[in-house]
Amino acid sequence: MGSTFAQKVLANKSGQAQVVVGQIVMVQPDHLLTHDNTAAIVGKIGAELEQFGVARPEMPVIVLDHVVPAASEKTALNHKQTRDFVAKHSLPQFFDVGAGICHQVTVEEGLALPGQIVVGSDSHTCSYGALGAFSTGVDRTEAAALLLRGETWLRVPETMRIELSGKLSPMVDAKDLVLSIIGDIGADGANYRAVEFHGAVDSLSMEERLTIANMGIEMGAKIAVFPVDEITRSYLASIGVAEGSYQPQWADDDADYVQRLSYDLSAVEPVVACPHKVDNVKPVSELEGLEIQQVLLGTCTNGRYDDLAIAADILDGHTVAKGVRLLVLPASKRVFERALDGGVIAKLSRAGAIVLPPGCGPCLGAHQGVLAPGERCLSTANRNFKGRMGCKEAEIYLSSPATAAAAAITGKLNDPRKLAPQKEA
Amino acid sequence: MKVWSYGDDINTDMLFPGKYTYTCGTAEEIKPHLLEDLDPSFAGEVAEGDVIVAGKNFGCGSSREQPVVGLKAVGVQAIVAKGFARIFYRAAINQGLLLVECPAAVEAYQPGDAVSLDLAAGTIEIGDERFDFPKLPPEILAIREAGGLLAYTVEKLAAQSTG
Repeated sequence: MGSTFAQKVLANKSGQAQVVVGQIVMVQPDHLLTHDNTAAIVGKIGAELEQFGVARPEMPVIVLDHVVPAASEKTALNHKQTRDFVAKHSLPQFFDVGAGICHQVTVEEGLALPGQIVVGSDSHTCSYGALGAFSTGVDRTEAAALLLRGETWLRVPETMRIELSGKLSPMVDAKDLVLSIIGDIGADGANYRAVEFHGAVDSLSMEERLTIANMGIEMGAKIAVFPVDEITRSYLASIGVAEGSYQPQWADDDADYVQRLSYDLSAVEPVVACPHKVDNVKPVSELEGLEIQQVLLGTCTNGRYDDLAIAADILDGHTVAKGVRLLVLPASKRVFERALDGGVIAKLSRAGAIVLPPGCGPCLGAHQGVLAPGERCLSTANRNFKGRMGCKEAEIYLSSPATAAAAAITGKLNDPRKLAPQKEA
Repeated sequence: MKVWSYGDDINTDMLFPGKYTYTCGTAEEIKPHLLEDLDPSFAGEVAEGDVIVAGKNFGCGSSREQPVVGLKAVGVQAIVAKGFARIFYRAAINQGLLLVECPAAVEAYQPGDAVSLDLAAGTIEIGDERFDFPKLPPEILAIREAGGLLAYTVEKLAAQSTG
C-alpha cells in the first residue's frame, strides 16, 4: 500500500520510512506563523523565554495584519509588544503593519514551500496546501510551546481525494467550486482529514489554488493540498525561489483514501454561502434580487491581484449602487502596488470603492466596516458566522469576487454571468 | 451541576465573538463574553462542574483558544459532543479541558437527564444509560496529566537542560 501526501510529508519530517494513519509523530515545523496574537502568545511564556529563549529563531514568521493600523490603545500595545519581542530575540522573519495579510505575505516571501510543514496560530494556515506544503492551524498555547521547544506532535490524518475534471466557465471561479464542495459535504465533511486535489488542477492558477486551500478549514480539513506542477514551479520562480531549494512530495498511485469525490468544473455555477453557516450554500440564481448594503472584496481568501482585477473589469464603466458601500482590501502591499500599477485600483476607486490598507480589516469584526443591525453584507471572505463582522443582528453572505462586484453595481445579488465585463478580462 | 445543551456546528464566534480577540486575553476578561451570541444566560449562570452537551463539529471556525481557556476557567467539567473541530480539540488538550466524543450519548440525552463521567473507566452515564468513549493515546494523556501543554513543555525543557 502506498502513502498519501500527508503520510509522505510526516514520514519524511519525522525521520521514518513510512507512517500509518492515526500514528502520532514528532516534527519540527519549518515555520510557525503568528500575527496580532503574537503578544498574547509571548505573554504566556515571559519567564520561560527568559530561561530557555526561542528554540529556533528561523522558525517564527510574524505578520501584523489583523487590526492594522491599530484601532485602539490596546491593539497598538499588542503591536508594540510584538516589535519588542522580535527585536529582543533578533527574529529574522517579521512583517510590520502594512505588509499585508499573513497568509499572502508568507506565500509571497517564499516561507511556505512544497514538502514543508508550516503551522500557524490562525485557522487559515491551511492556505499553503496550494503550494504543496503541509500546513495547518493550531491554538495560541501550542504556538507558545513551539516557540520554546521548536517541535510538536501531529497525528497522521486520513485522506480524502477530490478528483477534478473539465474547466470552470467564464465568471465562475475557484470560490464557487470550493463553496460548492463545502455545501455538498458540510462544514465537518473533512474533519480531521487531509484533502488532496487531483485531476484537472492545471486549469487552476496559483491564486485560485490559494482560495481553495484557504477554505479547507471551512470543511474541517487539517490540510487541503495540491500537487506541485509547472504552475507551482513557475510561481515560485517568479518570487525568486529556485527549483532545487524545495522538495515536493505527492501521494503514491496506490495510496489509501477514506473517501473519493469528483467534480466537473464545467458544471460549477455561481453560488453564495447564506447566513450563518459556510455550508449553507445556494446558487446565486435562487437568490437574485436580495438587497445588499455592504460588499467586501478582499481577505486571505479573495484579496489577490486576479480577484481585484476581475472585480475591476466588471465595475469598469459602472458605479456602485446608491446605498451600497464597496470596501476593497488588497491582500498585501505587493498586491496593492501591482493593482495600482495595472490601473485596477483606479477602476475600483472611480466606480465608488473605498480602498482600505492591506490587512484583514472587517472580516473579523474588529474595525473598518463593522455592520449595523439589520444590514446585509456580501463578502469574498471565508466565514459568515453570526456576529463575525461585529454585529449579531447582521447577515453575511459569501461569494466570489465576480458575484460581489456584480452586486455592488445593482445593490442586489445577481448572477455575474449576466453582467459581461466592459472589456476583455 | 447543570447540563447546557446546544446543537450542531457551534462555531468559535458563537463561543467567543471575534471582535474581542485582541482586547480580551486573560481568563477573567474572557469569562463575561463566553457564548455571548449563542446563549446570553450562560456567562452569568455557568458554575463549577457543569457539562455541555452538543451536536457535531463543536468549536468549528477560528483557531482562537479563548473559548477553551474561558470554559476551563469557569469550571466546565467536560464537553460531550457528537464531534469536535480539530483545532478546538487540540486547544482543549493543550488547556486540559476534557472533551468527550460520543455521538450515542448525545443522541440519548434528553433535557433534564443527569450526566456523569468516569474518566478512568472511559464511560459516561446519561440518565440510566452508560456509554463508552475512546481513551486518548498515551502521548496526549501525558500533556493533560502534566497540567496542559505549557507545563508539559517546561517539564521537557527542564529535563533536557539538566539531562
